[in-house]
Amino acid sequence: MNPSPFLALALLGGLFSSCSPALVRVQPYERGNLAGPLLSQDRDPLQKAMTEHAYFSREASFGGGGVGGGGCGCN
Amino acid sequence: MKTLTTAFVTVLATLSMASAKPEVGQTMPKLATLLPGAALPATTGKVVLVDFWASWCAPCKASFPCFSRLHQKYSGKGLVIIGIGVDDDPAKHQAFAAKEKVPFTLVHDAQHKAAAFFSPSTMPSSYLVDRKGVIRYIHTGFKGAKTEEEYTKEIEELLAK
Repeated sequence: MNPSPFLALALLGGLFSSCSPALVRVQPYERGNLAGPLLSQDRDPLQKAMTEHAYFSREASFGGGGVGGGGCGCN
Repeated sequence: MKTLTTAFVTVLATLSMASAKPEVGQTMPKLATLLPGAALPATTGKVVLVDFWASWCAPCKASFPCFSRLHQKYSGKGLVIIGIGVDDDPAKHQAFAAKEKVPFTLVHDAQHKAAAFFSPSTMPSSYLVDRKGVIRYIHTGFKGAKTEEEYTKEIEELLAK
């Protein structure tokens, strides 16, 4: 069996996987729409508290939601 | 197989070229070419702080009082601060600039030409350039008093040279 096609597929797969930093993706300066209040995690404090409680009590996970700047991933 | 290897190397080389961006130790590119039509201050022989900001970026807004203080303290000694706004909507840029009323220069990178060239890894990002036009420090993000202390130390060091 000729391994070339499989090798080619593996190389291209690695190159164009989501691990490649050179692929087209939303740049930090293009995230204006993601910073909208609708995409903010704490737009409703009560819902946020209940969701965090559910994660904490059912899935034993807590924290990790404290990214500053809403959905723009700033800082 | 040889053709495949050549193609693979070519693609890799192309992709790596696409990710080239200004680093510490490199000469600052001419902002006038990246921001055609923008009213830029004279920067020859000055220490220059170039900051990328947006009206939707909360840490950018938090950094403006810091830059105002730095401008008031060091502009007479040779510091020039240029804030490059990257908002898509010019009206939002103008409204934010009018509201903040900062004493340093704000320009709008409407086409994202400068932003694409510098490719800042986060918002805000700033580039501190010495009197010879070489990038000496790059800051990503703004962390309040800690970042202001770093700016102060670095600006004083560059102004003394």
